Amino acid sequence: MAEPKPDLDTLPLKAQASALDFYYGDFQALKKIDMPIYEKRVTALIGPSGCGKSTFLRCFNRMHDLYPGNRYVGEISLHPDNVNLLDKSVDPIEVRMRLSMVFQKPNPFPKTIFENVAYGLRVRGVNRRAILEEKVEEALRAAALWNEVKDRLQDMAFNLSGGQQQRLCIARALATEPEILLFDEPTSALDPIATASIEELITELKQRVTILIVTHNMQQAARVSDFTAYMYIGELVEFGWTDDIFIKPKNPQTEAYITGRFG
Amino acid sequence: MKQSPRSLRSLPPRGHVSTFGRPGGTDMARMARKDIGEIRGIIARAKRLDVIFGVAGLLALGLGLLTFATLFVDMALDGYSRLTPDFFTEFPSRRAERAGILSAWVGTTLVMLVTACVAVPLGVAAGIYLEEYAPRNWVTDIIEINIANLAGVPSIIYGLLALGLFVYEFSLGQSILTAGLTLALLILPVVIVATREAIRSIPSHIREGAYALGATKWQVVQHHILPYSMGGIMTGVIIGMARAIGETAPIITIGALTFIAFLPASPVTGTFPFLSFEWLQSPFTVMPIQIFNWTSRPDPNFHANAAAAGFVLVLMTLTMNGLAIWLRYRIRRNIKW
Repeated sequence: MAEPKPDLDTLPLKAQASALDFYYGDFQALKKIDMPIYEKRVTALIGPSGCGKSTFLRCFNRMHDLYPGNRYVGEISLHPDNVNLLDKSVDPIEVRMRLSMVFQKPNPFPKTIFENVAYGLRVRGVNRRAILEEKVEEALRAAALWNEVKDRLQDMAFNLSGGQQQRLCIARALATEPEILLFDEPTSALDPIATASIEELITELKQRVTILIVTHNMQQAARVSDFTAYMYIGELVEFGWTDDIFIKPKNPQTEAYITGRFG
Repeated sequence: MKQSPRSLRSLPPRGHVSTFGRPGGTDMARMARKDIGEIRGIIARAKRLDVIFGVAGLLALGLGLLTFATLFVDMALDGYSRLTPDFFTEFPSRRAERAGILSAWVGTTLVMLVTACVAVPLGVAAGIYLEEYAPRNWVTDIIEINIANLAGVPSIIYGLLALGLFVYEFSLGQSILTAGLTLALLILPVVIVATREAIRSIPSHIREGAYALGATKWQVVQHHILPYSMGGIMTGVIIGMARAIGETAPIITIGALTFIAFLPASPVTGTFPFLSFEWLQSPFTVMPIQIFNWTSRPDPNFHANAAAAGFVLVLMTLTMNGLAIWLRYRIRRNIKW
């Protein structure tokens, strides 16, 4: 990342959170968050446990709508069509069809490898075998899993190793060609080798998709992301180029967290 | 006891503790040995309780099993002489040695068929609704509490309800349909509870994974919830059916006959449309009623018939439970998270 950093104003924007508040019942978990998400870049969300980074991530695909008592105020606009993802008139299912998510714990369905990757397409009404096969292969290749599973697509997914399962979940999320890929601590349940392969994959994937990743691991944020946002108790403390956040943070709080004096 | 020297040796070497400068550095070592003795005493006492409970549990289990085994063997011995092929193909008769359970087992089978056809779709649908669709509020809470209570309502109450509702109000008569519906009501709470338990055992991250791909509620239910919980649901259904198959009180209440010397109309016919539902309106008897009828006769020969029929009924129940276990095993094998 030695090349000069482009001016932020010239970067294409993929999404923008504006004055975003989020409530679990009466508890306010996010406070007035304003943050840009740049297109085809990796943005990392870091901060101590309970700071709201996962809550923020799950706003993007309206996962909070699955549980009662959750409330959004403010907006997350998705570009280029500038639609507010959180608006009541926008169907959460439509949002989830545009943005995919990879979870903390690998969560393949107890189905075959093929059916796992094909599921997003099936939900979209794709049932032609030839199309499914083509898209499944493409997604598995993009997730760097194709060579390992091409001869056993009809095996049950839970027979894969943890790292393979997580890459399968990434393939499942990629198969539907999402506009943003959301990662919620994707390597926290994996060993260092599997973690390294997922990180490498994330770096490659930003060629084709905008990525937002929550991580507990600061080195991981430093390794994979272009931008980093540091959050603390529901607030966005600092956002900027990852180099800047890690080398010369503006906020003393961020610095304390980055250097391990706190958190 | 043989192990004690080795485990002592695994303590830190003595040189380690004696560096504290005291010439009699073995103090610490001696203390450590005393502590070990104390710890072993505590363990021994705690383990004594282990043994006591182990024995008590075994006795409790043995008592239960022995009672059941005695009953079962006694029944088998009493009824053994009557367990001939003819016993299954003869109608009841005034002469004990010619009487059989044909109308009873056919009646039981048909009633169970109606029960399953009604209770399974209703119970599974209600269970899915409560788990996946119902809003979390006080109305749902009250419904949930009442379903749990319904499972404890005495079966004769269901009989009274059925007599008033199905026999008189809907004029369904004292028929197989009425009995099937009554027993379906009876096991409905069991099926609902089993469905909900099975659904709840699906981890939330699997469900979230499906929703995150843009699935609707029904797609999640159809592609994930139902297939993954099928083992648990089937088990619950069969256990409910095994309860219903032995129910006597509600069937007597709705007025099943105790002496039936004919079979209901066949469900399959030779003429178009080849299916007939006339059997639903047929009078009937079931196994427990046949047993009850024979037991109340003074002639001991009939008691042998009752024992034989009881043996068959228990076998039917055990077979159903075995089927439930097998099904659960088969389905669980393909599901892991």
